[in-house]
Amino acid sequence: MSLLEIKNLQASVEDGRQILNGVDLVVNPGEVHAIMGPNGSGKSTLAHVLSGKDGYEVLGGEVLLDGVDLLGLEPDERAAAGLFLAFQYPMEIPGVATMTFLRTAMNAQRKKRGEPELSTPEFMKRVREQAAKLSIDPEMLKRPVNVGFSGGEKKRNEVLQMSLLEPKLAILDETDSGLDIDALKIAAEGVNRLRSPDRGFIVITHYQRLLEHIVPDIVHVFSKGRIVRTGGKELALELEAKGYADYEEAA
Amino acid sequence: MKAATPVKSEAEKALATTWAKTKDALPGKGSVAARREAAFEAFAAAGLPNRRVEEWKYTDLRNLMREAKPLAPPVGPAGLVRAQGAGRVFAAVGVRRLVLIDGQFISELSDLADLEPGLSIGSLAEALAANDTDVVARLGAKSPADKDVAFALNTAFMGDGLVIAVAPGMQIARPIHLVHCYTGEEAAAVFTRSLVTLGGGAGLTLLESHEGPDGIDYQVDNALDIVVGDGARLERVKVGAEGDAALHVSTTVVVLGREVEFRDLLFTTGGAVSRNQVFVRCDGPGTTLTLDGASLLKGRQHSDATLVVDHAIGGCKSRETFKAVLDGESRSVFQGKTVVRPDAQKTDGKMASHALLLSNDAEADHKPELEIFADDVVCGHGATAGALDEDLKFYLMARGIPEREAETLLIQSFVGEVIDQVADESVRDALTEATTAWLDAREQVELR
Ligand SMILES: Nc1ncnc2c1ncn2[C@@H]1O[C@H](COP(=O)(O)OP(=O)(O)OP(=O)(O)O)[C@@H](O)[C@H]1O
Ligand SMILES: [Mg+2]
Repeated sequence: MSLLEIKNLQASVEDGRQILNGVDLVVNPGEVHAIMGPNGSGKSTLAHVLSGKDGYEVLGGEVLLDGVDLLGLEPDERAAAGLFLAFQYPMEIPGVATMTFLRTAMNAQRKKRGEPELSTPEFMKRVREQAAKLSIDPEMLKRPVNVGFSGGEKKRNEVLQMSLLEPKLAILDETDSGLDIDALKIAAEGVNRLRSPDRGFIVITHYQRLLEHIVPDIVHVFSKGRIVRTGGKELALELEAKGYADYEEAA
Repeated sequence: MKAATPVKSEAEKALATTWAKTKDALPGKGSVAARREAAFEAFAAAGLPNRRVEEWKYTDLRNLMREAKPLAPPVGPAGLVRAQGAGRVFAAVGVRRLVLIDGQFISELSDLADLEPGLSIGSLAEALAANDTDVVARLGAKSPADKDVAFALNTAFMGDGLVIAVAPGMQIARPIHLVHCYTGEEAAAVFTRSLVTLGGGAGLTLLESHEGPDGIDYQVDNALDIVVGDGARLERVKVGAEGDAALHVSTTVVVLGREVEFRDLLFTTGGAVSRNQVFVRCDGPGTTLTLDGASLLKGRQHSDATLVVDHAIGGCKSRETFKAVLDGESRSVFQGKTVVRPDAQKTDGKMASHALLLSNDAEADHKPELEIFADDVVCGHGATAGALDEDLKFYLMARGIPEREAETLLIQSFVGEVIDQVADESVRDALTEATTAWLDAREQVELR
């Protein structure tokens, strides 16, 4: 069975404008898919609609994660079902300590899956291990969620959350933007460590550079709210050289 | 303050009857009795404050207080039993408890043993009965709250309270907790007045809680008169957790010397109608004062915080931060007035009031006022009101946190900004727990 199956997904924003115009995508377990496409083509919208954000209306189509119909679920239920979105613009949450946030999230998901809560030492151990691997200063985790974090630190914090929550399918929305070269490698290694035969990734990016570190199995070109071409990793190189001009018209 | 009320309301008439019946039995003779008489006359002339009285614009007491209840009778054995759990909000703090039941100081239930050197504690009623000269003089002195009618009523009817003094230079490590509890099965009125004096360089944490049964429309008019000497440090935290039908009016009058550090937090969850008025005057330079508030309201609760900070002298810093979380059809009022007198140069005064609206029917009123007569000052105010941030909520939910829990986290962080300012860690924890309890109760109601 495929891990994620998106069939003819159409969605509009609140003012009625249709952004997703029939997205079809199948991600099999173990695969990494890259989505590339011009600004405003609807990549983040796709990520938001998949994770259940308010403010979009699904006009048609179907989304199955491991056979579970995602579109009928609340965002927290989708997360517990194994979906993770690394945000293009992670939120700052003043007053909510990062540790409290991580712990609440991990335990909420465990509870929904009928697993016992993590003990404090076990939780601390996991956070410390993962933070160290991502070169995140533990002092940073004492601050409120993302408050006072640099752009790059926020993105690394997203990868940390992903590593702790161990989703079945992770969508990374421009996780590379704002990262310096070293941080990019660290974040990519974080993703690669999670790669496994039963996990899938959708990596949204504008740059071929990220794909040198996270080597995709499949590359899609996204334009005007749908996938207009699919190929192997060499497609990313072609896009880097030629841009999207061909697809703007084709779409 | 004189708003002519042509026809006396039922409550005003009842207060006059109560006055005539009880005035001779109230503690204190001579100048204290004269002061009571004058205060009652002032009330009788003005009537209960209504919306035409600027300071009471959003809390029309004349309209909200349909009846005036009789004075609470002396506490009986049943009352003592009912008061047993009172003040548990600070149970984990390790406080010295001073218990007032139905407005009466109950020494048997209070911790009066092993008083720290330099700390003295007594009952107001006893001090008045004994004609204690200091107490009589203090009650006779001019007060920044003199023009207020609720305070005048308190002066007229005050029955008991505490008289607490900390000698100069003494740091009292164990917080003092004034436990106010209403236990009557019938509604009655309680008038308490406490006097607190900190000598120069002294230090104290003063906790105050007010509670009573739900469903009984008892009335509390409480006053706290605080004088803080030069270089002293005082932190006061007041928890208003009255029963859901109660009317609660509190007046706090604070006079600060030079280089004082004064911190105040009003934490309100209870009462049908509550009004906290705080009058602070800075008499010496170099003083820092913080007046914070957190109100968690639901149903048709109405809570008003009215603050007057008088920079009588320059070189002081005042900060006010009020947070209201409003569910149901509740309403919060914030009125902050900062006065900077002509010679009070280098005054630094800021106030902010923020409301988090959890329902479309809730209402927040903010009225900041700056009266500045000096030119070299930094003063400002800000106010916001809005719903929970949907994007933040989504971020939390996208990590698997259910909607309710996400809201709870965000509300806690909203209120946390002021709770986190409290210096005493165990007090902070107690308030965080009280916030959690309020949020849990909210969840229960929604699930039903
Ligand atoms: N809530 C919204 N209300 C109105 N328009 C929206 C909303 N969200 C997205 N859009 C519009 O939908 C289109 C697609 O936006 P989206 O953010 O999905 O693009 P993107 O492909 O992620 O672009 P980028 O590469 O710049 O991140 C844009 O035209 C955007 O303005
Ligand atoms: Mg985007």
